[in-house]
Amino acid sequence: MSDTPNIRFRPVTTEPALVQGLVISGVIAVLAVLLFAPLIAVFYEALSKGWFAAVASLADKESLAAIRLTLTVALVSVPLNAVFGVAAAWLITKYDFRGKAFLITLIDLPFSVSPVVAGLCIVLTFGANTVVGGWLVDAGYPIVFALPGIILASMFVTFPFVARELIPVMIEQGRAEEEAALTLGASGWRVFFTVTLPNIRWALLYGVLLCNARAMGEFGAVAVVSGKIRGQTATMPITIEMLYNEYLSVAAFTLAGVLALLAFVTLGLKTFLEIRHADALAATRRH
Amino acid sequence: MRPILHRSPIPGLGLSAGITITMLSLVVLLPIGALLLKGASVGFGTLWTEINTARIWTSLWLSFRLSFYAAVFNLVFGVTLAWVLARYSFPGRRIIDAAVDLPFALPTAVAGIALTALYAPNGAFGALAKEMGFKIAYTPLGIFIALVFVGLPFVTRTVQPVIDEIDREVEEASATLGANRLHTLRHVILPMLAPAALTGFALSLARAVGEYGSVIFIAGNLPMKTEIAPLLIVIKLEEFNYAGATAIGIAMLVISFLMLLLINAVQVWSRRRIGYV
Repeated sequence: MSDTPNIRFRPVTTEPALVQGLVISGVIAVLAVLLFAPLIAVFYEALSKGWFAAVASLADKESLAAIRLTLTVALVSVPLNAVFGVAAAWLITKYDFRGKAFLITLIDLPFSVSPVVAGLCIVLTFGANTVVGGWLVDAGYPIVFALPGIILASMFVTFPFVARELIPVMIEQGRAEEEAALTLGASGWRVFFTVTLPNIRWALLYGVLLCNARAMGEFGAVAVVSGKIRGQTATMPITIEMLYNEYLSVAAFTLAGVLALLAFVTLGLKTFLEIRHADALAATRRH
Repeated sequence: MRPILHRSPIPGLGLSAGITITMLSLVVLLPIGALLLKGASVGFGTLWTEINTARIWTSLWLSFRLSFYAAVFNLVFGVTLAWVLARYSFPGRRIIDAAVDLPFALPTAVAGIALTALYAPNGAFGALAKEMGFKIAYTPLGIFIALVFVGLPFVTRTVQPVIDEIDREVEEASATLGANRLHTLRHVILPMLAPAALTGFALSLARAVGEYGSVIFIAGNLPMKTEIAPLLIVIKLEEFNYAGATAIGIAMLVISFLMLLLINAVQVWSRRRIGYV
């Protein structure tokens, strides 16, 4: 070893260490200001009057009603979208038909429609002054400014999430396994539950997770259709807005902190899934 | 001519097609159709007079301009970040990688009040800016920051998998041919990343134009100054001016539709060039 000169060669496929260090610090600095600082601000403001004030504000009747409503909305809209996502992914990946690209574009449509426009669309479909909406209000089932409208709005904005995660995974896995199971005499449902579902379960969970995070946190679309009736149609994000506008800072940021914790759990589970089941999740990291 | 449907031995066609088409129609197509129908029943003339006011043009221009700036920032920063995450190893890389998705997971209203708390004149960064003689919150600069926040992950998440798939041998070949590192990055790596980066850019732009929750808190919402287009829809609805809301809604729908076309065009173009996005 004494013959080799004491020089460390840098591989030609990397940048000099100094450049790397500068770029890494720059990126971390930008992220600190844009991502981490706001997150810290949420908890700082929530706890600015101490833990007791924060917890007490959560125990408020309106906050509890908001939490209950948000959970109800997620509990209805997420499973419905999961069923849709599985059905749509099955249709798109197991059959060949004309207009498939167009169908995918339609499913992706909610990604590029503003949430506020989504809310507006629902108001124009089911509002009390429309034909359908007027009839439903008369029958005692109002949609807009009531729970069904909020669920519909949440479903609209999260509509493509599950299908988007499943389609690439199911394309990659192909149809051979399902076809083999069918030739061995399995029924359609049996094929789905014993062959397809185990293959796609992690991608499905991943899609459901993203769908749930967005459904619980949706603001724009829900703001338009909810009517913001306290204790009745105000979801957690809507209640955060109302509290914030009334300068009830601790209460607003505490409720925001609860949603931020939900975001942590989502990201934590997502990272865990990516590390543990990277092979089962195709490289579709579009959202 | 290709048949409409190839016969397949896999069962469930009727069920999956039924669920897909029913839910798609009920949740997405029917509401969007109602908007267009409302527009048609109001008439083009009325829609145009509703839209053709200085306040609405100003807000549409503000929304689009700031969204474009934010998407450009996210394009440059997103590519850099993707490179750092894919190629460099440093303590905390995993955490940064996970945190990039935060704007997708964090509700927009939470982001909105958090950013306002920081950038308002009495907030940590806002006070700093005040000392230096300028304001961030309640100005277009504040809107820009909120739009950068919501669009942050798109470019990184589209570019990162592409970087992972780059063959190092290409870079070595470039080096043996005498290119220095900067030359390789500019003329070999960047062209490979460009299609994915542009897809991310378009997604980030589309998201920013329609963004509402994170912006309205930090914007201050002064008419003709910091009023974004989605907010005007909400204002029109609160005034029960459905024709006005419909007019802006259709204008924004057209903008999103054009962006969807742009995204597809970019993807077709890139597939033709390198075979994948």
